[in-house]
Amino acid sequence: MTNNWVDIKNADVILVMGGNPAENHPCGFKWAIEAKKTRNAKLICVDPRFNRTAAVSDQFVQIRSGTDIAFLAGVMNYMLTNNRIHKEYVANYTNAPFLIKEGLLLPGDNDGLFSGFDPQKRAYDKSTWAYEMGTDNFVKVDMTLEDPRCVFQLMKKHYSRYTAEMVASICGCSKEDFLKAAEMISSTYAPEKAGTIMYALGWTHHSSAVQNIRAAASMQLLLGNVGRPGGGVNALRGHSNIQGATDMNQTHTLPGYLKMPKPEWQSLKEFIDATTPKKLRPNSMNYWENTDKFMVSMLKAFWGSAATTENDFAYSWLPKMDRDYSWVYIYDGAYNGIVKGVFSFGMNPVGNGPHSKKMVQALSRLDWLVVAENFETETASFWKAPKEYDPPAAAQIKTEVFMLPAANFAEKDGVFTNSSRWLQWKWKVVDPPGDAKADQEIIGRLVLKLRELYNKEGGKLPDPVVKMAWNYSNPVSPNLEEVAKEVNGKVLEDFTDEKTKVDYKKGQQVPGYAVLRADGKTLSGNWLHSGYYTEAGNLAMRRNPVDDSGGLGAYHNWAFNWPANRRIMYNRASADLNGKPWDPKRPGIWWNGEKWVGDVPDYKPDYKPEEMIGPFIMNPEGVGKLYAVEMNEGPFPEHYEPYETPVDNPLHPKVSSNPVTKLFKTKMDVYGTRDKFPIVCTTFRLTEHFHYWTKHEAILNQLQQEFFVEIPEELAKEKGIKHGDRVKVSSARGSVEGKAMVTKRIRPLKVAGQTVWQIGFPIHWGYAGKSVGPLANTLTPTALDPNSSTPEYKAFLVSLDKA
Amino acid sequence: MPSNMELRRISATPSPATGVRTAPTVAKMIDTTTCIGCKACEVACQEWNDLFNADIALEAPSEFGSYQTMPDLTANFWNLIRFNEHVEKRPDGSEKFHWLMAKDQCMHCEDPGCLKACPAPGAIVQYTNGVVDFQQEHCIGCEYCVTGCPFDIPRLSKKTKKVYKCTLCTDRLAYGLEPACIKACPTGCLQFGTKEHLVQIANARVEQLKHNGYEKAAIYDPPGVGGTGVIYVLGLGDQPELYGLPNDPHVPWTVSVWKHALKPIGSLLMIGALLGTIIHYVRYGRNEAPGMRKVDREEV
Repeated sequence: MTNNWVDIKNADVILVMGGNPAENHPCGFKWAIEAKKTRNAKLICVDPRFNRTAAVSDQFVQIRSGTDIAFLAGVMNYMLTNNRIHKEYVANYTNAPFLIKEGLLLPGDNDGLFSGFDPQKRAYDKSTWAYEMGTDNFVKVDMTLEDPRCVFQLMKKHYSRYTAEMVASICGCSKEDFLKAAEMISSTYAPEKAGTIMYALGWTHHSSAVQNIRAAASMQLLLGNVGRPGGGVNALRGHSNIQGATDMNQTHTLPGYLKMPKPEWQSLKEFIDATTPKKLRPNSMNYWENTDKFMVSMLKAFWGSAATTENDFAYSWLPKMDRDYSWVYIYDGAYNGIVKGVFSFGMNPVGNGPHSKKMVQALSRLDWLVVAENFETETASFWKAPKEYDPPAAAQIKTEVFMLPAANFAEKDGVFTNSSRWLQWKWKVVDPPGDAKADQEIIGRLVLKLRELYNKEGGKLPDPVVKMAWNYSNPVSPNLEEVAKEVNGKVLEDFTDEKTKVDYKKGQQVPGYAVLRADGKTLSGNWLHSGYYTEAGNLAMRRNPVDDSGGLGAYHNWAFNWPANRRIMYNRASADLNGKPWDPKRPGIWWNGEKWVGDVPDYKPDYKPEEMIGPFIMNPEGVGKLYAVEMNEGPFPEHYEPYETPVDNPLHPKVSSNPVTKLFKTKMDVYGTRDKFPIVCTTFRLTEHFHYWTKHEAILNQLQQEFFVEIPEELAKEKGIKHGDRVKVSSARGSVEGKAMVTKRIRPLKVAGQTVWQIGFPIHWGYAGKSVGPLANTLTPTALDPNSSTPEYKAFLVSLDKA
Repeated sequence: MPSNMELRRISATPSPATGVRTAPTVAKMIDTTTCIGCKACEVACQEWNDLFNADIALEAPSEFGSYQTMPDLTANFWNLIRFNEHVEKRPDGSEKFHWLMAKDQCMHCEDPGCLKACPAPGAIVQYTNGVVDFQQEHCIGCEYCVTGCPFDIPRLSKKTKKVYKCTLCTDRLAYGLEPACIKACPTGCLQFGTKEHLVQIANARVEQLKHNGYEKAAIYDPPGVGGTGVIYVLGLGDQPELYGLPNDPHVPWTVSVWKHALKPIGSLLMIGALLGTIIHYVRYGRNEAPGMRKVDREEV
């Protein structure tokens, strides 16, 4: 979230799209209800299904799964043509005035492709997408926004194709419903109004996932809604600590979103040079300029005294990613015999991953698999998967499987980071049962054993493990407060900060990331979390319920909010050029004549408004991006059909789906076509269950007793299916059976002149647990977003029959 | 603040309330327009009242075509959210789809039909704060309360042969805690307080809804049972039956006849018979059965 859960109550308009918070975030959703009750806020729900959120919405628009970009682009076109944008904000706080080089072709003029596409590589050469640079090495701008090569004009041209008629034709909604929603959403273009977006996996589980979110961000920038109370682009995270997990690292990022090294960056200097962005405008703060400080402090946390200036702070011990190692690739690697062993902690790939049958095959080709879990999951018991998953005969599976009983969240201390970016400490409630151990003990024991083995037997590269800093008072089971202190960072040698002239003493906890250094005198496990365990103690433990923000619900003394206890990111954008809040009743930060006050400023507190330093401090542009070169399928979001699509793309039939979707090549990676699989299918979650865990819990099983398939009444009639009949849903990859739930909540859609049916079913079931049922992912395709490598779980083709 | 749990009415017991202390009537408000059907109230009810029994739960049939946990309330499931799909025909000819969610449980009527119908002394009581509660130790399992309830709430347990329903968590109210369902509700669609206060809140919400496309929004507090201790805010207030609520509930006439006509007549007859016996005794002395006397004589 750019903002906070509580801040949703400050919105005038709430767009829920690509998410179903009433279903999946019922506690957080209270703030949407609060806004409705206290501000008379309007709630708009756009979804393939009339869901629990839709039930309490003011306006519901049903769209075909996988057409969100068309809808959002349509709203932007409506805003741009009807002059419903926040002009002062757009001109000053976005890259609308930036000029793009000559030679850029937009998909409207190029058969659905941006310029630079290489069909062999299925990738773009982005050179024609670049900014036009001036002789001063900064991007050229046209503050009148009239130059045909400025982002604003290109954007107008690009989105002009998304007329209300086109949106209706692609999404399958009525033109009237779309226009009504567009009118409501765009009402927050007025400077004193603010609107928010709540989204979740309904946007990320697509082959155009990141572009869905880019489209939403662009729309919010045009409305002047980012950086302000009641505004923002708010990702609702699914698991209680998935935000923390993402912050700490992923296969393509190091802690704090530092980039993962690549083979071509062999030295620390090469890494720093390649990953530290250059300012693109003179008034850009460009906070990533500090990459070297964050990186070196992280390396010091990893390897302590073994990380020295002489050895590049042990940079060479970090793995260099020569390809995509994100997790669908891990299991594809296992399938192909490249990956030999897997540790699966708090993770159930057979359940979570696309194409369950391939997952079962992949695991059966491993040498070994270690599963640390609360329950025996589908992954731990893959070798006894039922016959519908086509498992190899158990006798032929050579995989040695270890099941380590692990403590659950209530059985261990630690910190959860929620969607609001709050680091909240939690305390152990009960001891884990039996032999179950907390994660840190399982890892601690592994570390010590691996070291022992390396020390005894040597190995190809023992140093990263043998020399790892593991200086905990109990190395077998590190105290998590000690780990928290290490994540925050501490001073390793006395120094005086050059800018502030403050002295820091060896052993002291750093007060925040601003004092981290590139000379090895500080360490910090994750710069972004720095500030949460300072000399003032563990701030994640704070539970001060006093709202210190005049009723806006910022609660600065509740837990710790990364970054720097800031409740709303990019909050400089909450005020106009002179530093006055756009809405005096909902100020974010404001200039009091001497400094910025209010929320923790996302900005140097004494930058004067007239210095015009850009509010988007993490972007080298200094402003929000309506045009983003980083994206792999184009600098503007463009509607591409899901990889399996029921129609040709009405905009450009020759390039229907995302041309750079990541696909797999084994004989199991098959994709369906509309002749055999004419129905659009989506997957979703239920309030009553959490992921694949709660089917082990009888009281929750009672609330939703078995797997079902939601089928529109009209389709059921056509197929002769009645409530409660057993039906079979098949995709190119497999089939599932369950009871039919015939409903009015999904309607037939008119897409490009033809009737398109949508059905859906919940995840949550599987073959392990007290309530068994089919794994939803038996049907989902191995097609991934080209930027995030997230599988397209939410839109694929199926056939439906009475079982 | 702990609620006054003195008794106001007791089933099959003519004595009026014994308490002298007064207490405001408490109530629960259910704003169906902010209910998201999350079922936190169902789980809280099951857990607080220790109702969950895996064996019984597995016997309960699941409900398809809806997200409803089970088709109906049971003796060990006192709080059920009912899910209904409805297509509203708007005055302008258009159609609007609604997915209605409304929590069903005992309504704690001001004029409780169950209590009136109950022939077992002390099996059903009403406290001064308005809460209607079953005292299973006095219940004889006759199910007259089931007949007496215009909302079809009480359920007989096959296992214990006693009747059960929502207690409004009297064991929490007595300690100043709100009912478990209220505590668990994440959106605030459930609120607990004095009825007077909640009616004010509900009225304000109804006004807001009327301005937001729910022209027929209304409070549900049916006068036929003297008002209820559970009031609803309904978006489609002219059609409570869409939410599974009776349009104009009354205590069934059979119960009224029993209570107001037959029962007094029965009592009169009984008193008459008793009086007759006394008069007979006074005038004629002890009736002696022929055999008895004979025996007496023999003994003598």
